[in-house]
Amino acid sequence: MPAHISRDDVAHVAKLARLSLGDDELDTFTAQLGAILDHAEDVEALDLADVPPTSHPFDLVNVLRADQPGPTLTPDDALAGAPQAEDGRFRVPTILGEAP
Amino acid sequence: MTAPSTAIELAAAIRSGERSAADVVEAHLAAIEASEPSIHAFNTVTADQARAAAADVDRAIAAGEPVGPLAGVPVAVKDNLCTDGVATTCSSRILEGWVPPYDATVVQRLAAAGAVTVGKTNLDEFAMGSSTENSAFGPTRNPVDLSRVPGGSSGGSAAAVAAGFAPLSLGSDTGGSIRQPAAFCGVVGVKPTYGLVSRYGLIAFASSLDQVGPFATTVADAALLLEVIAGHDPADATSLPKPAPAISEHLDDGVAGLRVGVISELMGEGIDPAIAAQVRAAAEALAAAGAEVTEVSVPAVTFGLSAYYLIAPAEASSNLARFDGVRYGLRVDAPTTNEMMVATRTQGFGPEVKRRIMLGTYALSAGYYDAFYGQAQKVRTLIARDFAAAYQDVDVLLSPTTPTTAFALGAIEDPLTMYLNDTCTIPTNLAGDAAMSVPFGTDAAGLPVGVQVLAPALGEEPMFRAAAVVEAAAPARSTGKDA
Amino acid sequence: MTAPTVPTDSLGHAITVADSDDVLVVEAADGSRWELVCGLEVHAELATETKMFSGAPNHFGDDPNTNIDPVTLGLPGTLPVVNQQAVELAARFGCAVGATVQRSVFSRKNYFYPDMPKNFQISQYDQPIVVDGRLELPSGHVVGIERAHLEEDTGKSTHVGGAGRIKGAEYSLVDYNRAGVPLLEIVSRPHVRSAEQARQYVAELRSILVACGISDGKMEEGSMRVDANISVRREGSDELRTRCEIKNVNSLRSLVRAIEYEARRQADLHASGGTVTQETRHWDESDGRTHTMRSKEEADDYRYFPEPDLVPVDLGAERVAEIAAALPVLPSARRHRLADVTGEPATAEAVVVTVERGQDDQALAAIDQGADAGRVLVHVVQNLAVDGGAELAPERLAELVKLETAGDLTATQAKQVLAELVADPAATAAGVAKAKGFEAMDTGALESIVDGVIAANPAEWEQFCAGDDKARKKLSGFFTGQIMKASKGQADGRAVAQLLAQKSAG
Repeated sequence: MPAHISRDDVAHVAKLARLSLGDDELDTFTAQLGAILDHAEDVEALDLADVPPTSHPFDLVNVLRADQPGPTLTPDDALAGAPQAEDGRFRVPTILGEAP
Repeated sequence: MTAPSTAIELAAAIRSGERSAADVVEAHLAAIEASEPSIHAFNTVTADQARAAAADVDRAIAAGEPVGPLAGVPVAVKDNLCTDGVATTCSSRILEGWVPPYDATVVQRLAAAGAVTVGKTNLDEFAMGSSTENSAFGPTRNPVDLSRVPGGSSGGSAAAVAAGFAPLSLGSDTGGSIRQPAAFCGVVGVKPTYGLVSRYGLIAFASSLDQVGPFATTVADAALLLEVIAGHDPADATSLPKPAPAISEHLDDGVAGLRVGVISELMGEGIDPAIAAQVRAAAEALAAAGAEVTEVSVPAVTFGLSAYYLIAPAEASSNLARFDGVRYGLRVDAPTTNEMMVATRTQGFGPEVKRRIMLGTYALSAGYYDAFYGQAQKVRTLIARDFAAAYQDVDVLLSPTTPTTAFALGAIEDPLTMYLNDTCTIPTNLAGDAAMSVPFGTDAAGLPVGVQVLAPALGEEPMFRAAAVVEAAAPARSTGKDA
Repeated sequence: MTAPTVPTDSLGHAITVADSDDVLVVEAADGSRWELVCGLEVHAELATETKMFSGAPNHFGDDPNTNIDPVTLGLPGTLPVVNQQAVELAARFGCAVGATVQRSVFSRKNYFYPDMPKNFQISQYDQPIVVDGRLELPSGHVVGIERAHLEEDTGKSTHVGGAGRIKGAEYSLVDYNRAGVPLLEIVSRPHVRSAEQARQYVAELRSILVACGISDGKMEEGSMRVDANISVRREGSDELRTRCEIKNVNSLRSLVRAIEYEARRQADLHASGGTVTQETRHWDESDGRTHTMRSKEEADDYRYFPEPDLVPVDLGAERVAEIAAALPVLPSARRHRLADVTGEPATAEAVVVTVERGQDDQALAAIDQGADAGRVLVHVVQNLAVDGGAELAPERLAELVKLETAGDLTATQAKQVLAELVADPAATAAGVAKAKGFEAMDTGALESIVDGVIAANPAEWEQFCAGDDKARKKLSGFFTGQIMKASKGQADGRAVAQLLAQKSAG
């Protein structure tokens, strides 16, 4: 059985998750995540083709909200936690690309 | 001193004017001042707000106004529940400096019931852990034995109740984070049915598993607190459209005819024999009280751990994406927004949180979803089915809460070994059912043992009845509350 | 995983490209001919009071960060709750395009971007609320609608320094007022075969959205945004080649230009042996080109999974039937209705334009009151495309057209009277005509003018009387012009023609 996750996988996942890992951390995480995924082999091996997935404990449907305005935050409250704000807006450093 | 110590007794004494809320809160603040340095149950002690709230209660009682069922009773709140105007940290650097502009629904309900919040309790960062050693602000110690962990992730809330800092506290339970520390600290801890208690204002770890629940020194106190916080909340779309259940009024009805099943899969391999023995003793006590006790099989519980460690990290990886240094909390400066996000998250999250974000991101990523997340969601169906089948034959189930009693700080370094702590508690979260831990005797070292009582969804009433019988039959413990 | 043998859409259905007699074909430098295959994704902001998942107001143009609450800002601990009206509006759209309105599930689309408060977007993924609809364009061409799903909008960034563009900016400022505004993303099948069809599709979609109260459809405010998925293939072939997604198309005019540019770019690339890369491209209005934004290779892996904070939405057949029954008459049905009444084809420009402007009810009411259908349409299309024109009471229009057809007003006079009627809702056609001195010339007065013109042009008159049809036609124009001039425009064209015919025969 090949290892479940390679060092390259770990590096790729870190990029997706916006985390920066040093060489040592990459090694540690590769080993640790590998061990956890190995443990999950029991689940991976089950034949569950006919079993529906459960994403929710209960079969609730149509939990909806009336289209009525509720309270809003004042701009001061909204920006109170902002690491940097300017002109009523949240300030961020240069953005390198358009949204996907 | 023979001061009343349970929440119910305190509430009665305050309502009757026998004691003032101010006096009660001062007594608890004094206890905190005396022992908190050695325990570290709190991230924040809100002494001033507590005194003000107690004064309000005393004023209301003096004026003859109606007060809530918890009027004047001190409560500690896990620091992943949002409190308006009081820092809420999740024991993480990444939320440094953040003060929520709103209260969690359960915090509102506590206030409406007259409870007095004395502080925000320590936890494993973002509730990820089983020892409270993963807190960015240092570990909490077990009041029963300061060299040992209190369990986690709600270790601070369990310790606060065990140490007498407050008779009640709130925790959150995603895979055992209330029940396991309750067992380790020798207190009662309840994971209610998913959807019974609002999650609005609970900082999410794994949304489909998280549930807020009570800690208390007695089963009756836990029932009262659950009744206060339970019930539908329109701000949480997964909140069940049901009123709070009536538990307390049936608490003393006994278990005659109640069908109790001991889960055979959770009584053997990997379980400390001393704990299994206490579970059998609790089962015998139930039988002696008139319950029909059998052993039942719930085969899929053995897959719970694997499924959980795919599902919970997957949801967490998404829930924790919002911590990026843009809108609140920590920011680590960097020339571009993307680099700033990476630097902030890298510096702001601890190793266990990173590990789970990585694991969850991987489990959801293209090409692996079906093998990991998708497969785990199917296992969830299996577990729910097996529980449902078992509940055809019995009303409640019984098992150990934890495979071992409290371990020493620093004793477990390997993540997977740490995860095994949750073997007995995880299946209930996956099924969305209810379960609670009741202290029942000790192991040979004198450390508390927790017996887990499990019930189907919305089976809180019979679950508490069984728990009350187990509690009444529990052997006396030398380190317990006011001996 | 193995690659599917048949290309499929997001719902797993085989991709079909519609045929059309209007296909954009571009000729590459080497003379090879390439035809357009295009699908459109339209994001429409829904006309709700509040946001998709919270009670913060859904309102455009307010001061930054005023329409936000803890949910909008994605504050820790907050939870979404679905806006019922957004669901109803999505279902209304489904019914309007003859689609299936089904049980739907929200998912999380995970990617990091500063204008997205949670760094995931709640969207419907594999179980959208609307599937399998169709839209008939004014030209009669039918474009399939693969799906329409509900999702939340993002905030907006303003770039400071670097001329306000993202590239070269020193820093950016984020306003989350738009974050969480309900969006309906409407995905067409690749059935759009020409730039004109794309224009008609978006215009038709907009009329439906506006007519049904689903969206205000304002492209200029960004409440309707269009992305085009474009590929080309050898003329007459049935291949499917790599497509590019074109974003930042902010008007119908840009859409037409962007499609034409991109089809040519791809055709030239294919013809010269190059490879079209699957990527997102940005339309730049100023240079009239598309520019690469990012290639799909480096695209985020969105890690979709079911949104655990929400439960499925299932309106049920009964509620959907009620919604369908309450729909207003839709543009295509209105075109057919107007066509039936006026005798024009449904594709006639006058019919299409009248319905597009929403003036068909006005026209039909005037016709219903006995006014000539042809003249009514002419006036609506030509003379009522002004401010207030659509508000003119049908009674006034009918009255005017009746005066005109009775010969009491000339076409020129009618136009002038109409302008007065639009400006003054209290005025009547007869009153305005009288005030302007537009009284029908009596036959005697007209006859003397006609006689005078004949007398002044004896040679032409002789030719007129003796000439063949062609000559008569030519000279009839000459005489009518002279008579009009002599009458200072007061003569009625039909009466003049009648008199000329009588006199030449007599």
